[in-house]
Amino acid sequence: MVNGSVSATAKVIAALGDDVSTDVIYPGRYMATVLPTETPQFAFADHFELNARLKGGEVAAGSVIVAGKNFGCGSSREQACSCLKGHELTVVARGFARIFQQNSVNLGLRLVTAPEVEASEGDELEVTADEVINHSTGKRYATLPLPPARQAIVDAGGLIAYTRARLLALPS
Amino acid sequence: MASTVVEKILARASGRAAVAAGEVVEPAVDLAMSHENAALVVNQFHEVFAGTGREPRLWDPSKIAIIFDHRVPAESPKTASNQKKVREFVARHGIARFHDIRGDEGGICHQILPENGYVLPGAVVVGTDSHTTSHGALGAFAFGIGATEMASVWTLGVALNVEVPRTLKVEVSGALPSGVGAKDLILHLVGLLTAEGANFRVIEFHGETIRALPTSGRLTLCNMTVEAGATSGIVPADGETVRYLCEVAGVAGPIEPVVPDADAAYERTIEIDASKLVPQVACPHTVDNVKPVDAVAGTRVHQIVIGSCTNGRLDDIAAAAAILRGRKVARGTRMLVFPASARIYQEALEAGYVADLMRAGAVVMNSGCGPCLGVHEGALGDGEVALSTTNRNFKGRMGNPKSEVYLCSPEVAAASAITGVITDPREEA
Repeated sequence: MVNGSVSATAKVIAALGDDVSTDVIYPGRYMATVLPTETPQFAFADHFELNARLKGGEVAAGSVIVAGKNFGCGSSREQACSCLKGHELTVVARGFARIFQQNSVNLGLRLVTAPEVEASEGDELEVTADEVINHSTGKRYATLPLPPARQAIVDAGGLIAYTRARLLALPS
Repeated sequence: MASTVVEKILARASGRAAVAAGEVVEPAVDLAMSHENAALVVNQFHEVFAGTGREPRLWDPSKIAIIFDHRVPAESPKTASNQKKVREFVARHGIARFHDIRGDEGGICHQILPENGYVLPGAVVVGTDSHTTSHGALGAFAFGIGATEMASVWTLGVALNVEVPRTLKVEVSGALPSGVGAKDLILHLVGLLTAEGANFRVIEFHGETIRALPTSGRLTLCNMTVEAGATSGIVPADGETVRYLCEVAGVAGPIEPVVPDADAAYERTIEIDASKLVPQVACPHTVDNVKPVDAVAGTRVHQIVIGSCTNGRLDDIAAAAAILRGRKVARGTRMLVFPASARIYQEALEAGYVADLMRAGAVVMNSGCGPCLGVHEGALGDGEVALSTTNRNFKGRMGNPKSEVYLCSPEVAAASAITGVITDPREEA
């Protein structure tokens, strides 16, 4: 699935394993912070080094987090998406948990599902319409398209815009 | 066309004769639940209306429930201010199903909904909490969504672009042995399926063992289906569901169970013989890292937690009290108990369970999510180990990435409190 596209090549800032939970992406103790403008400071708060790089402005917009299966499992907390979206990151994973995928589509966080993807920190990736190319290893990985039901929301510019259009179609 | 329970529910809620897995539908929502994260929903709801020239208006305040449970009483000025903002919104928009921080009607959302009869068989329930899957215990289709999606539901009254999920059938036979219960069954199933084994799918429970389970046990089962990635778990409503709703939840109106067709299409069927189950423990740091209790027996435990939307109900507290009555929590181990609702707390007081637990050395806290999500109480020190009846053991879950969390049943937790190490309750009892 490609939710938006990554232009040219982008650097992998972290390569993570399977089952990265929303507690790891956005620890529960920061859940009182809800606004998308305020959540990015707590992205991967317990991964001190990664969090420091993100907060220090060392990470270019469009940079990539690579992960294994079931990225974003656990809580429905939307902060786990808004905190990554705030840093304009793309997540390329072998798979995503349902609620995380839905929240990301709704908020416009770019997700790419590539069931076989392999990459290490520092690799240069390119995401095309149907594959991920790892320019550092020369390997190419097929991607899965976003389900049509989700693509419609991406095309509308996110769920707020999608819902607003539906609201305006109702009699006032 | 033969249908599963969820296919029937989605067909009814979408005004269709039938729907099949993979179709995209827009079901009307019967109940929309939020907790403290209603603060974000309120924000997103106002965003939807921004620039439209329309006054923000809820589609139907009577179908919205808001329950404060995640951080009660507030642990910080920030949380208190969020709660204040939600309280003002609730008053302005006339939301009656609001459960504030109170000793008479407060509690954890996934207990408040069932015990107040807010969820009926066949209903479509959405909640801004992943454990909304719990309400499948009453034969409803209940699933977790994010705050922005809830703002959309508050506006339009429908869940947009829902893909009808495929269904896994879990057939459980045999009697649960003494000292083994619903928590062991669901931990075993999550271990079997893995953390993503049921992603985008519904788990429909069947079999004599499920029929014999009270609603409290069914809530435990459905609660943790999300730990295998499931969109929802569901127990088709039966006589026990009707009993619970009439006798416990005080539902007066008609209750119409929705049952699957005999030839409904399931992606696969998993059979479990409950009579062969032993107590299970999910080990750090994933819920699907499940082992029989023997494999980790003897592991030193610093904090025992009994409670949460998974295992904070009266029979859970009764089971712990029965084991701890006249015994003592080991020195060097602390034990925290969180009843799932104020009503359960009251019932536990009247039954003498609270006294049993306190005399043993347990601290009985107010009803709420407690340390489960690592926000404000019951934090762990560096290198400490918790043994908990809650539902998640991810790294940092209880607030400290340098600690470890093991998950188990109330029986394992109580037996281990006495010894200070992970203990098989069948030996301790």
